[in-house]
Amino acid sequence: MAKTRYGTDRGLTARMFGTLFGLGLLYVVLAAALYALGFSAILILGISGALLFGQWWFSDTLSMKAMRAVEVTPEQAPQLHAVVDRLCAMADMPKPRVGIADSDVPNAFATGRSPDRSVVVVTTGLLRRLNRDEVEGVLAHELSHVAHRDVTVMTIASFTAILAGFMVRSAMWGSMMRGRRDQNTAIIFLVVMVVSVLVYFISYLLINALSRYRELGADRGAALLTGQPTALASALTKITGDMASIPTKDIRQMEAVSAFAFAPAVAGKREFTLEQWFSTHPPLEKRLAQLAKIAGELGQR
Amino acid sequence: MGFLDAVLGRRKPARPNLDALFSLPSAAITVQAALDFVPTGRASVAFRSPEGRAFADIENDVRALLDADGGPAVQLSEDSFGFDWIVIRTEPVDVGTAVTDAHAVNTSLVEGGFGPQLLCSLVSFRGPDNVPLALVYLYKSGTFYPFAPVPGADQQRNNVLELQVRDLLDGELPMEGNLTRWFAVWDAPGL
Repeated sequence: MAKTRYGTDRGLTARMFGTLFGLGLLYVVLAAALYALGFSAILILGISGALLFGQWWFSDTLSMKAMRAVEVTPEQAPQLHAVVDRLCAMADMPKPRVGIADSDVPNAFATGRSPDRSVVVVTTGLLRRLNRDEVEGVLAHELSHVAHRDVTVMTIASFTAILAGFMVRSAMWGSMMRGRRDQNTAIIFLVVMVVSVLVYFISYLLINALSRYRELGADRGAALLTGQPTALASALTKITGDMASIPTKDIRQMEAVSAFAFAPAVAGKREFTLEQWFSTHPPLEKRLAQLAKIAGELGQR
Repeated sequence: MGFLDAVLGRRKPARPNLDALFSLPSAAITVQAALDFVPTGRASVAFRSPEGRAFADIENDVRALLDADGGPAVQLSEDSFGFDWIVIRTEPVDVGTAVTDAHAVNTSLVEGGFGPQLLCSLVSFRGPDNVPLALVYLYKSGTFYPFAPVPGADQQRNNVLELQVRDLLDGELPMEGNLTRWFAVWDAPGL
Protein backbone atom coordinates (compact mmCIF):
# COMPACT_ATOMS: atom_id res chain seq x y z
CA MET A 1 0.00 0.00 0.00
CA ALA A 2 1.47 3.31 -1.08
CA LYS A 3 1.84 5.83 1.66
CA THR A 4 -0.19 8.97 1.61
CA ARG A 5 0.84 12.41 2.67
CA TYR A 6 -2.68 13.65 2.65
CA GLY A 7 -4.24 13.11 6.03
CA THR A 8 -7.23 15.31 6.69
CA ASP A 9 -6.97 18.20 9.10
CA ARG A 10 -9.07 16.91 12.01
CA GLY A 11 -9.20 20.26 13.82
CA LEU A 12 -10.47 22.06 10.75
CA THR A 13 -13.05 19.35 10.10
CA ALA A 14 -14.26 19.55 13.68
CA ARG A 15 -14.56 23.34 13.61
CA MET A 16 -16.42 23.25 10.34
CA PHE A 17 -18.75 20.60 11.67
CA GLY A 18 -19.40 22.69 14.77
CA THR A 19 -20.20 25.74 12.68
CA LEU A 20 -22.59 23.80 10.49
CA PHE A 21 -24.25 22.35 13.56
CA GLY A 22 -24.73 25.87 14.93
CA LEU A 23 -26.30 26.97 11.65
CA GLY A 24 -28.63 23.99 11.74
CA LEU A 25 -29.66 24.83 15.29
CA LEU A 26 -30.41 28.40 14.26
CA TYR A 27 -32.55 27.06 11.49
CA VAL A 28 -34.67 25.16 14.00
CA VAL A 29 -35.09 28.27 16.16
CA LEU A 30 -36.10 30.22 13.08
CA ALA A 31 -38.58 27.56 12.04
CA ALA A 32 -40.22 27.83 15.44
CA ALA A 33 -40.46 31.60 15.09
CA LEU A 34 -41.92 31.15 11.62
CA TYR A 35 -44.52 28.83 13.03
CA ALA A 36 -45.54 31.55 15.47
CA LEU A 37 -45.94 33.98 12.62
CA GLY A 38 -48.58 31.71 11.10
CA PHE A 39 -49.90 32.33 7.63
CA SER A 40 -47.28 34.64 6.16
CA ALA A 41 -44.58 32.11 7.00
CA ILE A 42 -45.07 30.19 3.76
CA LEU A 43 -44.81 33.37 1.75
CA ILE A 44 -41.59 34.42 3.50
CA LEU A 45 -40.11 30.97 3.05
CA GLY A 46 -41.04 30.99 -0.62
CA ILE A 47 -39.65 34.43 -1.39
CA SER A 48 -36.34 33.99 0.42
CA GLY A 49 -35.94 30.49 -0.98
CA ALA A 50 -36.55 31.68 -4.54
CA LEU A 51 -34.15 34.58 -4.09
CA LEU A 52 -31.39 32.38 -2.83
CA PHE A 53 -32.01 29.76 -5.49
CA GLY A 54 -31.72 32.39 -8.19
CA GLN A 55 -28.52 33.70 -6.70
CA TRP A 56 -27.08 30.20 -6.64
CA TRP A 57 -28.34 29.16 -10.06
CA PHE A 58 -27.01 32.26 -11.80
CA SER A 59 -23.96 32.62 -9.56
CA ASP A 60 -21.48 32.35 -12.44
CA THR A 61 -23.15 34.97 -14.64
CA LEU A 62 -23.92 37.30 -11.72
CA SER A 63 -20.39 37.32 -10.30
CA MET A 64 -18.86 37.70 -13.73
CA LYS A 65 -21.08 40.72 -14.40
CA ALA A 66 -20.38 42.20 -10.98
CA MET A 67 -16.64 41.95 -11.49
CA ARG A 68 -16.88 43.01 -15.16
CA ALA A 69 -15.05 39.83 -16.04
CA VAL A 70 -14.97 38.36 -19.52
CA GLU A 71 -14.55 34.72 -20.39
CA VAL A 72 -11.39 34.02 -22.35
CA THR A 73 -10.82 31.23 -24.87
CA PRO A 74 -7.67 29.08 -24.97
CA GLU A 75 -6.58 31.15 -28.00
CA GLN A 76 -6.85 34.42 -26.09
CA ALA A 77 -5.05 33.25 -22.95
CA PRO A 78 -3.07 30.11 -23.80
CA GLN A 79 -0.79 30.27 -20.74
CA LEU A 80 -3.65 30.60 -18.26
CA HIS A 81 -5.68 27.85 -19.92
CA ALA A 82 -2.69 25.51 -20.03
CA VAL A 83 -2.12 25.90 -16.28
CA VAL A 84 -5.81 25.22 -15.56
CA ASP A 85 -5.70 22.23 -17.95
CA ARG A 86 -2.80 20.67 -16.09
CA LEU A 87 -4.25 21.29 -12.65
CA CYS A 88 -7.56 19.74 -13.71
CA ALA A 89 -5.77 16.73 -15.19
CA MET A 90 -3.87 16.23 -11.93
CA ALA A 91 -6.99 16.63 -9.80
CA ASP A 92 -9.20 14.65 -12.22
CA MET A 93 -11.93 17.25 -12.30
CA PRO A 94 -13.86 18.85 -15.17
CA LYS A 95 -12.26 22.01 -16.47
CA PRO A 96 -14.12 25.17 -15.52
CA ARG A 97 -14.40 28.17 -17.81
CA VAL A 98 -11.68 30.77 -17.41
CA GLY A 99 -12.24 34.50 -17.16
CA ILE A 100 -10.18 37.64 -16.75
CA ALA A 101 -11.32 40.80 -15.00
CA ASP A 102 -9.63 44.03 -15.93
CA SER A 103 -8.75 45.39 -12.51
CA ASP A 104 -5.51 46.36 -10.90
CA VAL A 105 -6.52 44.86 -7.55
CA PRO A 106 -4.76 41.48 -7.47
CA ASN A 107 -7.49 38.95 -6.86
CA ALA A 108 -9.19 35.80 -8.10
CA PHE A 109 -12.50 34.08 -7.54
CA ALA A 110 -14.38 30.96 -8.53
CA THR A 111 -18.12 30.66 -8.79
CA GLY A 112 -20.83 28.51 -10.34
CA ARG A 113 -23.52 26.17 -9.13
CA SER A 114 -21.67 22.94 -9.93
CA PRO A 115 -18.17 21.91 -11.00
CA ASP A 116 -19.48 21.57 -14.57
CA ARG A 117 -20.92 25.08 -14.59
CA SER A 118 -18.07 26.86 -12.86
CA VAL A 119 -15.87 29.72 -13.88
CA VAL A 120 -12.50 30.74 -12.47
CA VAL A 121 -11.63 34.41 -12.80
CA VAL A 122 -8.36 36.21 -12.18
CA THR A 123 -7.73 39.93 -12.39
CA THR A 124 -5.13 41.47 -14.65
CA GLY A 125 -3.52 42.96 -11.53
CA LEU A 126 -2.94 39.45 -10.22
CA LEU A 127 -1.36 38.29 -13.46
CA ARG A 128 0.89 41.34 -13.45
CA ARG A 129 2.15 40.86 -9.90
CA LEU A 130 2.54 37.11 -9.49
CA ASN A 131 5.02 34.75 -11.10
CA ARG A 132 4.15 31.45 -12.76
CA ASP A 133 4.17 29.24 -9.66
CA GLU A 134 2.21 31.76 -7.63
CA VAL A 135 -0.49 32.06 -10.28
CA GLU A 136 -0.66 28.28 -10.36
CA GLY A 137 -1.12 28.23 -6.57
CA VAL A 138 -3.93 30.79 -6.75
CA LEU A 139 -5.67 28.86 -9.55
CA ALA A 140 -5.33 25.63 -7.55
CA HIS A 141 -6.93 27.43 -4.59
CA GLU A 142 -9.88 28.48 -6.75
CA LEU A 143 -10.19 25.01 -8.28
CA SER A 144 -10.33 23.62 -4.74
CA HIS A 145 -13.28 25.93 -4.06
CA VAL A 146 -14.94 24.45 -7.15
CA ALA A 147 -14.16 20.87 -6.12
CA HIS A 148 -15.41 21.50 -2.57
CA ARG A 149 -18.62 22.99 -4.01
CA ASP A 150 -18.17 26.04 -1.85
CA VAL A 151 -20.71 28.17 -3.70
CA THR A 152 -23.44 25.64 -2.99
CA VAL A 153 -22.40 25.10 0.61
CA MET A 154 -22.20 28.82 1.36
CA THR A 155 -25.55 29.45 -0.35
CA ILE A 156 -27.27 26.84 1.76
CA ALA A 157 -25.50 28.13 4.84
CA SER A 158 -26.64 31.69 4.23
CA PHE A 159 -30.28 30.63 3.97
CA THR A 160 -30.87 31.23 7.68
CA ALA A 161 -29.47 34.75 7.48
CA ILE A 162 -31.63 35.69 4.51
CA LEU A 163 -34.68 34.10 6.06
CA ALA A 164 -34.10 35.95 9.32
CA GLY A 165 -33.64 39.21 7.46
CA PHE A 166 -36.97 38.73 5.73
CA MET A 167 -38.67 37.88 8.99
CA VAL A 168 -37.49 41.06 10.66
CA ARG A 169 -39.08 43.04 7.90
CA SER A 170 -42.32 41.08 7.79
CA ALA A 171 -42.65 41.18 11.59
CA MET A 172 -42.26 44.94 11.41
CA TRP A 173 -44.93 45.20 8.75
CA GLY A 174 -47.17 42.85 10.64
CA SER A 175 -47.00 44.75 13.90
CA MET A 176 -47.61 48.03 12.15
CA MET A 177 -50.73 46.81 10.42
CA ARG A 178 -52.38 44.67 13.06
CA GLY A 179 -50.58 45.27 16.31
CA ARG A 180 -52.62 48.24 17.53
CA ARG A 181 -55.86 46.34 17.66
CA ASP A 182 -54.75 43.13 19.29
CA GLN A 183 -52.19 43.24 22.07
CA ASN A 184 -51.54 39.49 21.98
CA THR A 185 -50.44 39.49 18.36
CA ALA A 186 -48.30 42.52 18.97
CA ILE A 187 -46.31 40.64 21.58
CA ILE A 188 -45.89 37.66 19.27
CA PHE A 189 -44.62 39.90 16.52
CA LEU A 190 -42.23 41.60 18.89
CA VAL A 191 -40.82 38.26 20.03
CA VAL A 192 -40.51 37.07 16.45
CA MET A 193 -38.65 40.23 15.57
CA VAL A 194 -36.22 39.97 18.46
CA VAL A 195 -35.56 36.31 17.67
CA SER A 196 -35.02 37.12 14.01
CA VAL A 197 -32.58 39.91 14.74
CA LEU A 198 -30.63 37.63 17.06
CA VAL A 199 -30.67 34.79 14.56
CA TYR A 200 -29.53 37.14 11.85
CA PHE A 201 -26.61 38.36 13.91
CA ILE A 202 -25.48 34.91 15.06
CA SER A 203 -25.87 33.35 11.63
CA TYR A 204 -23.84 36.20 10.18
CA LEU A 205 -20.99 35.35 12.56
CA LEU A 206 -21.30 31.64 11.87
CA ILE A 207 -21.38 32.09 8.09
CA ASN A 208 -18.24 34.16 8.24
CA ALA A 209 -16.58 31.53 10.41
CA LEU A 210 -17.61 28.87 7.91
CA SER A 211 -16.25 30.98 5.07
CA ARG A 212 -12.91 31.28 6.86
CA TYR A 213 -12.75 27.52 7.33
CA ARG A 214 -13.58 26.97 3.66
CA GLU A 215 -10.74 29.29 2.73
CA LEU A 216 -8.32 27.29 4.86
CA GLY A 217 -9.70 24.12 3.27
CA ALA A 218 -9.10 25.53 -0.21
CA ASP A 219 -5.56 26.64 0.72
CA ARG A 220 -4.89 23.14 1.93
CA GLY A 221 -6.35 21.54 -1.18
CA ALA A 222 -4.26 23.82 -3.40
CA ALA A 223 -1.02 23.14 -1.54
CA LEU A 224 -1.57 19.39 -1.72
CA LEU A 225 -2.52 19.45 -5.39
CA THR A 226 0.49 21.42 -6.60
CA GLY A 227 2.88 20.25 -3.90
CA GLN A 228 4.03 23.86 -3.63
CA PRO A 229 2.71 25.35 -0.39
CA THR A 230 5.48 27.94 -0.40
CA ALA A 231 4.44 29.32 -3.80
CA LEU A 232 0.88 29.78 -2.52
CA ALA A 233 2.18 31.39 0.66
CA SER A 234 4.21 33.85 -1.34
CA ALA A 235 1.19 34.63 -3.53
CA LEU A 236 -0.88 35.29 -0.40
CA THR A 237 1.78 37.56 1.00
CA LYS A 238 1.95 39.51 -2.21
CA ILE A 239 -1.82 39.84 -2.46
CA THR A 240 -2.89 40.44 1.13
CA GLY A 241 0.20 42.14 2.41
CA ASP A 242 1.24 45.73 2.04
CA MET A 243 2.63 45.03 -1.41
CA ALA A 244 -0.88 44.74 -2.84
CA SER A 245 -1.62 48.36 -2.06
CA ILE A 246 1.14 49.61 -4.32
CA PRO A 247 -0.58 50.13 -7.65
CA THR A 248 0.87 48.95 -10.93
CA LYS A 249 -1.82 50.61 -12.97
CA ASP A 250 -2.04 54.16 -14.09
CA ILE A 251 -3.82 56.35 -11.55
CA ARG A 252 -6.38 57.46 -14.12
CA GLN A 253 -7.67 53.91 -14.58
CA MET A 254 -8.26 52.85 -10.98
CA GLU A 255 -11.37 50.92 -9.91
CA ALA A 256 -12.46 49.37 -6.66
CA VAL A 257 -13.34 45.70 -6.30
CA SER A 258 -14.94 43.92 -3.36
CA ALA A 259 -14.97 40.52 -1.74
CA PHE A 260 -15.99 36.91 -2.45
CA ALA A 261 -12.56 36.31 -3.78
CA PHE A 262 -9.12 34.93 -3.15
CA ALA A 263 -8.32 37.62 -0.63
CA PRO A 264 -10.27 40.54 0.77
CA ALA A 265 -9.80 43.43 -1.62
CA VAL A 266 -8.84 45.90 1.09
CA ALA A 267 -6.29 44.55 3.51
CA GLY A 268 -6.04 46.55 6.70
CA LYS A 269 -3.79 46.06 9.68
CA ARG A 270 -4.48 42.66 11.14
CA GLU A 271 -4.51 42.29 14.88
CA PHE A 272 -6.42 39.94 17.07
CA THR A 273 -9.55 42.02 17.38
CA LEU A 274 -13.25 41.78 16.95
CA GLU A 275 -12.62 42.42 13.28
CA GLN A 276 -11.60 38.80 12.90
CA TRP A 277 -15.05 37.61 13.88
CA PHE A 278 -16.61 39.58 11.10
CA SER A 279 -14.25 38.75 8.28
CA THR A 280 -14.86 36.23 5.53
CA HIS A 281 -11.20 35.33 5.13
CA PRO A 282 -8.81 34.03 7.80
CA PRO A 283 -5.96 36.32 8.79
CA LEU A 284 -2.87 36.06 6.66
CA GLU A 285 -0.72 34.68 9.48
CA LYS A 286 -3.13 31.80 9.98
CA ARG A 287 -3.08 30.89 6.31
CA LEU A 288 0.70 31.11 6.15
CA ALA A 289 1.05 28.98 9.28
CA GLN A 290 -1.09 26.24 7.76
CA LEU A 291 0.92 26.29 4.54
CA ALA A 292 4.18 26.13 6.46
CA LYS A 293 2.87 23.07 8.27
CA ILE A 294 1.97 21.37 4.99
CA ALA A 295 5.40 22.23 3.59
CA GLY A 296 6.90 20.47 6.59
CA GLU A 297 4.75 17.39 6.00
CA LEU A 298 5.74 17.27 2.34
CA GLY A 299 9.42 17.33 3.26
CA GLN A 300 9.22 14.30 5.53
CA ARG A 301 10.61 11.08 4.21
CA MET B 1 -16.20 13.03 -3.92
CA GLY B 2 -18.70 12.14 -1.25
CA PHE B 3 -21.41 14.26 0.28
CA LEU B 4 -19.52 14.55 3.54
CA ASP B 5 -16.39 15.73 1.75
CA ALA B 6 -18.40 18.50 0.10
CA VAL B 7 -19.94 19.52 3.41
CA LEU B 8 -16.59 19.58 5.17
CA GLY B 9 -14.68 21.24 2.36
CA ARG B 10 -12.09 18.60 1.72
CA ARG B 11 -11.25 16.27 -1.09
CA LYS B 12 -9.47 13.01 -1.45
CA PRO B 13 -6.62 13.53 -3.89
CA ALA B 14 -7.11 11.66 -7.14
CA ARG B 15 -5.10 8.46 -7.17
CA PRO B 16 -3.21 7.52 -10.29
CA ASN B 17 -4.12 4.39 -12.20
CA LEU B 18 -0.91 2.83 -13.45
CA ASP B 19 -1.99 -0.52 -14.92
CA ALA B 20 -3.35 0.65 -18.27
CA LEU B 21 0.16 1.77 -19.21
CA PHE B 22 1.14 -1.83 -20.01
CA SER B 23 -1.25 -2.01 -22.95
CA LEU B 24 0.91 0.58 -24.74
CA PRO B 25 3.44 -1.74 -26.46
CA SER B 26 0.74 -3.67 -28.32
CA ALA B 27 -1.02 -0.42 -29.23
CA ALA B 28 2.30 0.85 -30.62
CA ILE B 29 2.37 -2.13 -32.99
CA THR B 30 -1.17 -1.36 -34.14
CA VAL B 31 -0.25 2.28 -34.82
CA GLN B 32 2.82 1.23 -36.76
CA ALA B 33 0.93 -1.33 -38.84
CA ALA B 34 -2.08 0.83 -39.68
CA LEU B 35 -0.66 4.36 -39.96
CA ASP B 36 3.05 3.76 -40.58
CA PHE B 37 4.03 5.72 -37.49
CA VAL B 38 7.19 4.22 -35.97
CA PRO B 39 7.88 4.36 -32.21
CA THR B 40 10.91 6.47 -31.30
CA GLY B 41 11.64 4.33 -28.26
CA ARG B 42 11.21 7.32 -25.96
CA ALA B 43 8.83 7.48 -23.05
CA SER B 44 8.35 10.51 -20.80
CA VAL B 45 6.81 10.92 -17.38
CA ALA B 46 5.55 14.36 -16.35
CA PHE B 47 4.86 15.42 -12.79
CA ARG B 48 4.72 18.56 -10.72
CA SER B 49 7.71 18.17 -8.46
CA PRO B 50 6.70 19.10 -4.92
CA GLU B 51 9.01 21.21 -2.83
CA GLY B 52 11.00 19.68 -0.03
CA ARG B 53 13.71 17.20 0.69
CA ALA B 54 11.58 14.05 0.51
CA PHE B 55 10.78 14.46 -3.13
CA ALA B 56 14.31 15.40 -4.14
CA ASP B 57 15.54 12.19 -2.49
CA ILE B 58 12.99 10.05 -4.31
CA GLU B 59 13.87 11.70 -7.59
CA ASN B 60 17.54 10.90 -7.06
CA ASP B 61 16.72 7.30 -6.16
CA VAL B 62 14.69 6.93 -9.33
CA ARG B 63 17.52 8.19 -11.51
CA ALA B 64 20.04 5.98 -9.78
CA LEU B 65 17.74 3.00 -10.17
CA LEU B 66 17.23 3.54 -13.89
CA ASP B 67 20.85 4.34 -14.61
CA ALA B 68 22.22 1.44 -12.57
CA ASP B 69 21.09 -1.52 -14.66
CA GLY B 70 22.96 -0.31 -17.73
CA GLY B 71 19.56 0.21 -19.25
CA PRO B 72 18.23 3.12 -21.24
CA ALA B 73 19.54 6.63 -20.72
CA VAL B 74 17.44 8.84 -18.49
CA GLN B 75 17.14 12.58 -18.86
CA LEU B 76 15.47 15.04 -16.54
CA SER B 77 14.20 18.43 -17.65
CA GLU B 78 11.79 21.11 -16.54
CA ASP B 79 9.22 22.63 -18.88
CA SER B 80 7.91 26.19 -18.99
CA PHE B 81 5.08 25.36 -16.58
CA GLY B 82 7.38 24.15 -13.83
CA PHE B 83 6.62 20.49 -14.47
CA ASP B 84 9.44 17.96 -14.42
CA TRP B 85 9.81 15.42 -17.21
CA ILE B 86 11.81 12.23 -16.97
CA VAL B 87 12.61 11.01 -20.47
CA ILE B 88 13.65 7.41 -21.04
CA ARG B 89 15.43 6.64 -24.33
CA THR B 90 15.86 3.08 -25.54
CA GLU B 91 18.48 2.26 -28.14
CA PRO B 92 17.70 0.13 -30.13
CA VAL B 93 14.03 1.10 -30.03
CA ASP B 94 12.13 -0.98 -27.49
CA VAL B 95 8.72 0.32 -26.47
CA GLY B 96 8.30 -2.47 -23.93
CA THR B 97 11.42 -1.49 -21.98
CA ALA B 98 10.61 2.21 -22.19
CA VAL B 99 7.13 1.63 -20.79
CA THR B 100 8.39 -0.68 -18.06
CA ASP B 101 10.90 1.95 -16.96
CA ALA B 102 8.28 4.67 -17.06
CA HIS B 103 6.15 2.46 -14.87
CA ALA B 104 9.05 2.06 -12.43
CA VAL B 105 9.27 5.86 -12.15
CA ASN B 106 5.54 6.08 -11.46
CA THR B 107 5.62 3.36 -8.87
CA SER B 108 8.48 5.03 -7.00
CA LEU B 109 6.64 8.35 -6.93
CA VAL B 110 3.37 6.79 -5.84
CA GLU B 111 5.05 4.78 -3.10
CA GLY B 112 6.75 7.91 -1.85
CA GLY B 113 3.31 9.46 -1.42
CA PHE B 114 3.51 11.73 -4.45
CA GLY B 115 0.91 10.03 -6.65
CA PRO B 116 -1.32 13.13 -6.74
CA GLN B 117 1.45 15.09 -8.43
CA LEU B 118 1.68 12.76 -11.45
CA LEU B 119 0.39 14.49 -14.57
CA CYS B 120 0.85 12.28 -17.62
CA SER B 121 3.13 9.95 -19.49
CA LEU B 122 3.73 9.90 -23.18
CA VAL B 123 5.21 7.60 -25.79
CA SER B 124 6.24 9.22 -29.06
CA PHE B 125 6.12 8.15 -32.71
CA ARG B 126 7.41 9.48 -36.00
CA GLY B 127 5.37 9.18 -39.15
CA PRO B 128 6.22 9.58 -42.81
CA ASP B 129 8.07 12.90 -43.40
CA ASN B 130 9.07 12.91 -39.73
CA VAL B 131 5.59 13.92 -38.53
CA PRO B 132 5.48 13.70 -34.74
CA LEU B 133 2.75 11.91 -32.80
CA ALA B 134 2.44 11.06 -29.12
CA LEU B 135 0.14 8.85 -27.14
CA VAL B 136 -0.47 10.61 -23.85
CA TYR B 137 -1.62 8.75 -20.77
CA LEU B 138 -3.56 10.66 -18.11
CA TYR B 139 -2.92 9.04 -14.76
CA LYS B 140 -5.91 10.30 -12.89
CA SER B 141 -8.55 9.24 -15.38
CA GLY B 142 -6.55 6.22 -16.59
CA THR B 143 -7.16 7.15 -20.23
CA PHE B 144 -5.10 7.80 -23.33
CA TYR B 145 -5.33 10.45 -26.01
CA PRO B 146 -3.26 11.24 -29.10
CA PHE B 147 -1.32 14.47 -29.51
CA ALA B 148 -0.06 15.44 -32.96
CA PRO B 149 1.54 18.88 -33.30
CA VAL B 150 1.85 20.20 -36.84
CA PRO B 151 5.60 20.36 -37.54
CA GLY B 152 6.86 23.85 -38.23
CA ALA B 153 3.56 25.52 -37.32
CA ASP B 154 3.15 27.59 -34.20
CA GLN B 155 1.08 25.56 -31.76
CA GLN B 156 -1.27 23.85 -34.17
CA ARG B 157 -2.57 20.34 -33.78
CA ASN B 158 -3.34 17.89 -36.54
CA ASN B 159 -6.82 17.05 -35.27
CA VAL B 160 -7.65 14.80 -38.20
CA LEU B 161 -4.72 12.54 -37.43
CA GLU B 162 -5.56 12.62 -33.72
CA LEU B 163 -9.14 11.49 -34.30
CA GLN B 164 -7.88 8.84 -36.71
CA VAL B 165 -5.58 7.45 -34.00
CA ARG B 166 -8.40 7.52 -31.47
CA ASP B 167 -10.69 5.53 -33.73
CA LEU B 168 -7.90 3.09 -34.50
CA LEU B 169 -7.07 2.37 -30.86
CA ASP B 170 -10.57 2.62 -29.45
CA GLY B 171 -10.92 -1.08 -28.66
CA GLU B 172 -7.33 -1.56 -27.60
CA LEU B 173 -6.71 1.26 -25.14
CA PRO B 174 -9.09 3.16 -22.88
CA MET B 175 -9.30 6.38 -24.93
CA GLU B 176 -10.33 9.66 -23.30
CA GLY B 177 -13.86 10.35 -24.51
CA ASN B 178 -13.96 13.98 -23.40
CA LEU B 179 -12.13 15.92 -26.10
CA THR B 180 -11.65 18.95 -23.83
CA ARG B 181 -9.29 16.81 -21.79
CA TRP B 182 -6.93 16.27 -24.68
CA PHE B 183 -4.74 19.08 -23.47
CA ALA B 184 -1.75 20.04 -25.53
CA VAL B 185 1.82 19.28 -24.45
CA TRP B 186 3.76 21.59 -26.76
CA ASP B 187 7.47 20.89 -26.93
CA ALA B 188 7.12 18.11 -24.40
CA PRO B 189 10.53 16.54 -23.71
CA GLY B 190 10.73 13.19 -25.49
CA LEU B 191 8.08 14.10 -28.03
